[in-house]
Amino acid sequence: MKFGVVVFPGSNCDHDAFYAIGNILHKPVEFIWHQSQDLANCDAVVLPGGFSYGDYLRTGAIARFSPVMKSIEKFANSGGMVLGICNGFQTLCEAGLLPGAMMRNSGLRFICRHVHIRVEQTDTPFTSAARKGQILKIPIAHSDGCYTADEADIAELEKNRQILFHYTTPDGSDDAAGNPNGSMHNIAGICNRERNVAGLMPHPERVVESALGSADGLVIFKSMVEALVGAAKATA
Amino acid sequence: MATALTEIKVTPEIAAEHGVTAEEYARIQKILGRDPNITELGIFSVMWSEHCSYKSSKVHLKRLPTRGKLVVQGPGENAGVVDIGDGLVAAFKIESHNHPSYVEPFQGATTGVGGILRDIFTMGARPIAVLDSLRFGSITSDGDVDARFACGAKTDPATIATNRRILDGVIRGVGHYGNCFGVPTVGGEVGFEPCYSQNPLVNALALGIARKEEIFLAKAKGIGNPVIYVGAKTGRDGIHGASLLASAEFTEESQQKRPNVQVGDPFVEKLLLEACLEAMRTGAVVAIQDMGAAGLTCSTMEMASRGGTGIEIDLAKVPQRETGMTPYEIMLSESQERMLLVAEKGREREVLDVFKKWGLDAVVVGTVTEGGLAVIRNHGAIAAQIPAHPLAEEGPVYNRPLAAPAPRVESEKDWFAFTAEKTNLTENFKKLLASPAIASKRWITEQYDTSVRTNTLAGPGASDAAIVRIKESEKNGPDGKKTMRGLALATDGNGRWCQLNPRVGAMHAVAEAARNVAASGARPIAATNCLNFGSPEKPEVMWQFSQAIDGIGEACTALGTPITGGNVSFYNETLGKSIYPTPIIGILGILDDASKALKIAFRNAGDTIVLLDGADSSSSPDTRRELSSSEYAKTVSGIVAGEPPAIDLFAEKRLIDCLAALATEGAVQSAHDVSDGGLAVTLAESCFAANGLGASISFNENVPAEYALFGERGARAIVSVSPTNLAAVLATARQYNVGAQELGNVTGQSSLRIELKGHAAIDSPLDALRDVWADSLEHALKGIS
Repeated sequence: MKFGVVVFPGSNCDHDAFYAIGNILHKPVEFIWHQSQDLANCDAVVLPGGFSYGDYLRTGAIARFSPVMKSIEKFANSGGMVLGICNGFQTLCEAGLLPGAMMRNSGLRFICRHVHIRVEQTDTPFTSAARKGQILKIPIAHSDGCYTADEADIAELEKNRQILFHYTTPDGSDDAAGNPNGSMHNIAGICNRERNVAGLMPHPERVVESALGSADGLVIFKSMVEALVGAAKATA
Repeated sequence: MATALTEIKVTPEIAAEHGVTAEEYARIQKILGRDPNITELGIFSVMWSEHCSYKSSKVHLKRLPTRGKLVVQGPGENAGVVDIGDGLVAAFKIESHNHPSYVEPFQGATTGVGGILRDIFTMGARPIAVLDSLRFGSITSDGDVDARFACGAKTDPATIATNRRILDGVIRGVGHYGNCFGVPTVGGEVGFEPCYSQNPLVNALALGIARKEEIFLAKAKGIGNPVIYVGAKTGRDGIHGASLLASAEFTEESQQKRPNVQVGDPFVEKLLLEACLEAMRTGAVVAIQDMGAAGLTCSTMEMASRGGTGIEIDLAKVPQRETGMTPYEIMLSESQERMLLVAEKGREREVLDVFKKWGLDAVVVGTVTEGGLAVIRNHGAIAAQIPAHPLAEEGPVYNRPLAAPAPRVESEKDWFAFTAEKTNLTENFKKLLASPAIASKRWITEQYDTSVRTNTLAGPGASDAAIVRIKESEKNGPDGKKTMRGLALATDGNGRWCQLNPRVGAMHAVAEAARNVAASGARPIAATNCLNFGSPEKPEVMWQFSQAIDGIGEACTALGTPITGGNVSFYNETLGKSIYPTPIIGILGILDDASKALKIAFRNAGDTIVLLDGADSSSSPDTRRELSSSEYAKTVSGIVAGEPPAIDLFAEKRLIDCLAALATEGAVQSAHDVSDGGLAVTLAESCFAANGLGASISFNENVPAEYALFGERGARAIVSVSPTNLAAVLATARQYNVGAQELGNVTGQSSLRIELKGHAAIDSPLDALRDVWADSLEHALKGIS
């Protein structure tokens, strides 16, 4: 089992994802340079947060043309597990690996704080270790996290149960008070139809130890590890 | 070629336009043995500007304590460096970017943060935290200072609107740079006084970590070694930022200096960080210096001067953003995100390859030479030729005249009058909680990424100091449990107190920062300072400066926190009026076990609230005079008068040692020092930070009610203690000779009750207090986006 964390110029949560996987989950992990087209036999790829290419033009708009993205697209299309966090989510949307797009936060300011999200689906490799309806306390840190898609795409997402996380209030209600950035339908994270590519705006890699205020992000990485263990057994 | 030495004939008038005095011009002629050409004049003018040369402050700065057993690098390098154990060092420094932040708030603040981050990674250290100490003019019409006081006046609506706009731009700028660069902005403070209306203070502090043997210095070495320019291209932005913007006072025309403000690009800085650290690891880098104030001039001249070598570069090789730039412009540009480094001869390829990998320009522009002469060529022709050492080290030094201002004419009627019996103290308390200085800063700090790098154990407001852990220090503890060290950082400065008494005010700034660090559970070990003052050409300002230096020196010596670096910002004046003298002190502390960090939030109902007091209980304060300088007097009565509380550095030291010991023992549940707004605000903040807990205390000291509740006397902190630990805590306090008074309890009810001599002085549901405190800043600033 091996994780890869992609490094774009301007990625700044790459070390955090690397630390969470390598030092907290004690799983093999290596960095993948954006110029490389070789995914180094990684079994799961994380696109980390940050400001890839300075987020010039639009968030993720330039990163999606990086050489590494060609390989990631192939990897994803052949069933490889890809998780995009924050800027990584934005990049996956730009690359067309996930539907929709990210707009500026409704308050037009950068927001960094703990929010609450509810796990909606557990039949994915990113959420299998969670309980359906489980509420995670997890930080966001972004200017452009207002998830937007047209009604047809939203209907598709709903129909195929691709919405993995909704923003909620701490007690789990769906009102606007729990939505920090104006995302449509309080959407915080989604997966593709095939369920092997997922993106979310909050940062699970920042909450993998209780010393950091919450360890609720662990469940996402643990799910991925379980899925990889399962896949390895299946092929054994 | 348009580089002839005689392009513009330099005259004393042109020299004067560069801010070079007649005596300084004569000194230039003496060093060169001839008249300078225009490029040389430009170089001298920036190197000898107040901002770069410290010519008015040097004689005073010498009095600061700078040595200590943990100090690896004191003032004079890009940042101070201290030993934090386990083979690791911390590099940290605070710097101002005040004038640019008034002229263009967003870019001024971004480049302030960018500059201090470069100072840190130039040393070979990876930045892990940023703090910002900010001061603005009034953003509400409440709390204006009464016109009878020197600094008092009604703030008009237009000024309030401008102040809000400046604040918004500065906050966005600070946030943008740190957020994009990927360093958490974990703390600092924000203050408001009318005197900062047209001269906001933007002081940014950065902290970085390195292995001890990896520290880099800016000393050119090795004759024949190549000099390499890396990073962003050079443009015409920021020319004379240091000499004209930072070293002269403001006039009504200052807004026209906008082209002198640099423009920052945190994305390029992030690439520069990664590339520089990677290049340093190759072992092929000999020295490195960032291009901040005075750009290429300062970096070439200082590297050569410190190394005792000469340097020769050709400007035609410098990557340029625009065509047709003259040597004068290239040498004086303050374009951001650039570095100059010296590589080992024959290994330049290794260095250039790293920068190429990160998509940055890297070009060999010259060589280190023998003999101490800096030769600046352009397409081969000599554009400037200056002996580096005399330029960098033999600049003018002024022992400017000082004069104490005329004593303030104050009588008792100017002081705060105690009227507790006729006053609704709870209502006044709410006013205080809503004042911008005391109110929650959440609206500001949520615009900063506080948790990137996953080291933040206490971000803004969680503890009295910001606390980050050091992953590199992880080791197995005696019980087999893994432990990491933590670093605590706090900044403090009280301009109002320094205005009333610069020496005592400056001592308080040191003491409060150190107390904050101790209240987070850490041992304070070192300090950095940013000295914001008016024009040094005014004898009263120089007197304030000299007094403040004495106060800082005395306090840093007493508390064992040597000054390792910092900066001086003079000419903080607008239309002839100086700001309050505002020394900002940053103090760094170590926690041997980061898991023992203390936070301000109460933890359990039933815990005992104990007031720790380092002072000798026999002292009796001059209560009216002292409260007149408080946040309460200013907010409730518009009074800025009297004296700051008397300071007892021994009492501060006793309390600091006691707090650090209590944290190590794991004996207390929470700790919070008593400062702005006094005991009442301290208690309220510890309740607000806890969810659903309140407090009920009773206080019997024989002082007027308002003094007991809102007085700001130092050397005090409240801790909450579980019943089982109470005896141990009281014993530790006794051991450190610190008074410990049991005030009451943390309660499960959401209310705050403070009884004075048997009568309820404040009794309020917590929500009613929290509402005014939590949202007042947001209300004041609503609609400015």
